Amino acid sequence: MNWNTFLLMRHEIVLAIAILILLLADIFINDKKKVGIVAITLFAIHTVIGLFPLETGTLFGEMFITTPLIAAFKNILNIGVLLILLISVSWVNTKMLPLKKVGEFYILMMSSLLGMFYMISSGHFLMLYIGLELATLPVAALASYDVFNRKSSEAGIKLILSAALSSGMLLFGITIMYALSGTLYFSEMAGNVGYSYLSILGLIMVFSGMAFKISLVPFHFWTADVYEGAPTPVTNYLSVISKGAAVFMLMILLFKVFPDLQWVWTYLLYGISILTMVIGNFFALRQKNLQRFMAFSSIAQAGFIMMAFLSADQLAVSAIIYFVAIYVLSNIVVFGAIQLIGIASGKWHMDDYNGLYRTNPNISLALMVGLFSLAGIPPIAGFFGKFFLYTVAASQGYYWLIFIAVVNVTISLYYYLLVIRAAFLRQSDNPIPHFKSDIFAKIGIGIASLILLGLGIYSPFYDYINSLSNIF
Amino acid sequence: MDILSLFVVVPILTVIALMLTKGQNNYRVVTLIGSTIQAGMAFNLLYQFLQLKSGGNTDVMVFTQDYVWFAPFNIHYLIGVDGISVLMIMLTTIIVLTGTFISWKVNDLTKEFFISLIVLATGVYGFFISLDLFTMFVFYEIAVIPMYLLIGIWGTGPREYSAMKLTLMLMGASALLLVSIFGLYMNSNPDAVGMTGLTFNILEIKNVVIPESVQIIFFPLAFIGFAVIGALFPFHTWSPDGHASAPTAVSMLHAGVLMKLGGYGVFRIAMYLMPQGAHYWAPLFMILAVIGVSYGALSAIKQTDLKYINAYSSVSHLGLVLLGLLMMNEIGWRGAMLQSLSHGFITALFFALIGIIYGRTHTRIVAKMGGLMTIMPVIGALYVIAGMANLGLPMFSGFVAEMNIFVGAFEHPDLFHRIITVIAVSSIVVTAVYILRVVGKMLMGPVMDEYKDLPPITWYEKTGTFILVLFSVLIGILPFFWIDIIDGAIKPFIQGII
Repeated sequence: MNWNTFLLMRHEIVLAIAILILLLADIFINDKKKVGIVAITLFAIHTVIGLFPLETGTLFGEMFITTPLIAAFKNILNIGVLLILLISVSWVNTKMLPLKKVGEFYILMMSSLLGMFYMISSGHFLMLYIGLELATLPVAALASYDVFNRKSSEAGIKLILSAALSSGMLLFGITIMYALSGTLYFSEMAGNVGYSYLSILGLIMVFSGMAFKISLVPFHFWTADVYEGAPTPVTNYLSVISKGAAVFMLMILLFKVFPDLQWVWTYLLYGISILTMVIGNFFALRQKNLQRFMAFSSIAQAGFIMMAFLSADQLAVSAIIYFVAIYVLSNIVVFGAIQLIGIASGKWHMDDYNGLYRTNPNISLALMVGLFSLAGIPPIAGFFGKFFLYTVAASQGYYWLIFIAVVNVTISLYYYLLVIRAAFLRQSDNPIPHFKSDIFAKIGIGIASLILLGLGIYSPFYDYINSLSNIF
Repeated sequence: MDILSLFVVVPILTVIALMLTKGQNNYRVVTLIGSTIQAGMAFNLLYQFLQLKSGGNTDVMVFTQDYVWFAPFNIHYLIGVDGISVLMIMLTTIIVLTGTFISWKVNDLTKEFFISLIVLATGVYGFFISLDLFTMFVFYEIAVIPMYLLIGIWGTGPREYSAMKLTLMLMGASALLLVSIFGLYMNSNPDAVGMTGLTFNILEIKNVVIPESVQIIFFPLAFIGFAVIGALFPFHTWSPDGHASAPTAVSMLHAGVLMKLGGYGVFRIAMYLMPQGAHYWAPLFMILAVIGVSYGALSAIKQTDLKYINAYSSVSHLGLVLLGLLMMNEIGWRGAMLQSLSHGFITALFFALIGIIYGRTHTRIVAKMGGLMTIMPVIGALYVIAGMANLGLPMFSGFVAEMNIFVGAFEHPDLFHRIITVIAVSSIVVTAVYILRVVGKMLMGPVMDEYKDLPPITWYEKTGTFILVLFSVLIGILPFFWIDIIDGAIKPFIQGII
């Protein structure tokens, strides 16, 4: 191994250096407000460096793999985290600055991202497991970050318990797979697992471990409570970055490591996709707390993603990545808007949003763009993401599944419109007063909404992802 | 920039201009300029189209432009028009223009109102020009969503309920439509390997023989998907509530244009691409359409609110459009398309007048008004004209259209078609009842004291309504000009069907 091959880990190296600098900066800088600015600057530099092209290659005897697709996905996650950090500045400054807990917030979040990078680059189950743990543990700490809030502590405990359970199941699955194939390398395991009751059990265990992270039904019970209790920036991170990385990993596992068992997981995902959409949507209908509302909404969205898994080919990969990229942006916009409103006014209830447009037009518009993107209304990007998922499902003849999905989109449109109704249609005697956000939040939400408006129509982005998606 | 894409670009530019302007009056002026340009473009398009056709061009679609959009799925931005689309675009521009005049006095969130209106219009233009199923679907949804805001924010009465009902029913219908689009896509090329070679292009799919069993599955999905927006019984329930709650210009645009997407879509996609499916399912849908025709007319008699009367009248008249289409012959189709056009102008005129009357009397209940003809002669006269046109008096567009539909229907000699036709024709009588009842009660009769000092019609209201009357009369007295255009467009379609 020489220096050049070592650079294949560029994303991870730069991020690790950024974390180290931040650790030192946190010690030496007394004005904690500046630590936040240092952190965001470092992360922005890391994001920009990540955008440079990267070769395909492996490290540590194929334990670590990087391909253009993986690099592109890391960049998507980077941009997502950067936007979340930008939007969170006001939260950090108002809530965490008095507690002197600024530096750790950034360090923990970046560490978790580092874990995800190792996870999605893994070519070996041990690497996958280490990455997964590194990704999960800091998030549990972050979820209980608001220490004087009991709900936040509860969220942390719930997250760590369910994460421990899911890790346990994953490990059990890995053990079975090792027993069957005698190896932990993805490339050697592929095609060596065979078809037996034991391999199906192993598949289900591995799948369950990942399904916890994606919060697919029936592994979704932790989601709503954690999303509600955790500080909103952390919820935002959990709902997009953590979920996105897990979807990517599940895709690699199913498509590349377990093609032997394809018909098993096709049936499995067909059912789970429908269950996830339907249950997520029906629970979302009645939610009035916007964080819980978004929790169920993001469960339902995960159900849509699963549709594309049924057709394991290049178009499926590109449809999944494309949808995840757009979903990341849409959720960040919606959560960002909810977070800014919540921090400025302390209100998280849907009825409090009545008349929002008349006092805060810009943030209402951003909220509308994000919600319409989640609902899949053209010309906003979310529509195109969903349409490609349907097309991929249609290519295997799953018309019923598409029908159920589109009916679910209509149901989801209903509850997304409830928020729009409150913000735009209704008037209130006591609306949320006009507030001014800081420049970082404006940049973050503004850029994300504008990208959402244009990204769908701009087809080269899809072509780019599709050109990278040939992983078979 | 080609002549058709301008219909998408100019409205978007109008929206951007609206975003940048400030001041109540400027919003109106900008919108007026934008919609006048659009109307000008529509007439230019009609002129160019006629030039091209008289020059001997026999293409099914003209002014076609093809850009690859999403190559892996073979999705194209493919546009082109035939005579029917040209006329529909013209109808839309006129209703947007008159709608701008009629909404001159919208004072609450004026900018947002006009932006939503123009976005809706963009969706409708895009729908009429697209020849690619994907593009068409995108524009269809763009046209539906602004309706939610337009009714919900600026509406009256149970606006939140109506807006939600309308949006969900139309989006639910698009679920069926989407499934059938995928059904067509997957069967668009029997030689395709995997996904390569499949196409959303309507003209290419037409050249493929789709197996009858597939057509039988996907035709009803496409038909219902479109017919919901065309108010097919029993999926019409969104329409009366939506109309009644919507602000005037939105009712105009809604009844005048948006509901026409249904008939147009059935014609262009469901029947054109799946003729065998259409033959298989026609009897059932014919029964539903004729129920809609008579049920709409009978319900209109019972209504007391002016807007509800016209909403049910629309259900009845659009039932005739679907009925004409289901007759599957040239005359029936010609009638259906003429009815779409004519109903567009007449209903828009009706809703404009209702808005004008409501703005003065602050009630839409027929029983509470009387003698308006004496107080507001111009409005009263216009209302009578609209009513006469609506019940199919010769010299107006309604007569020509309905005549063609019924003649087309009578070309089928069997008993089933005869019964259907007779029931549909008798609805005309019922139409006369509800129109004349309103005219008698509201316009004639003793003048009520509280309405003695109503202000006269203003310039913007006059301009708006006169334009609509003009077009209804133009179709009525010069039917062959329009019929020639429509027939030219129908001919290539009918060949594949009978």
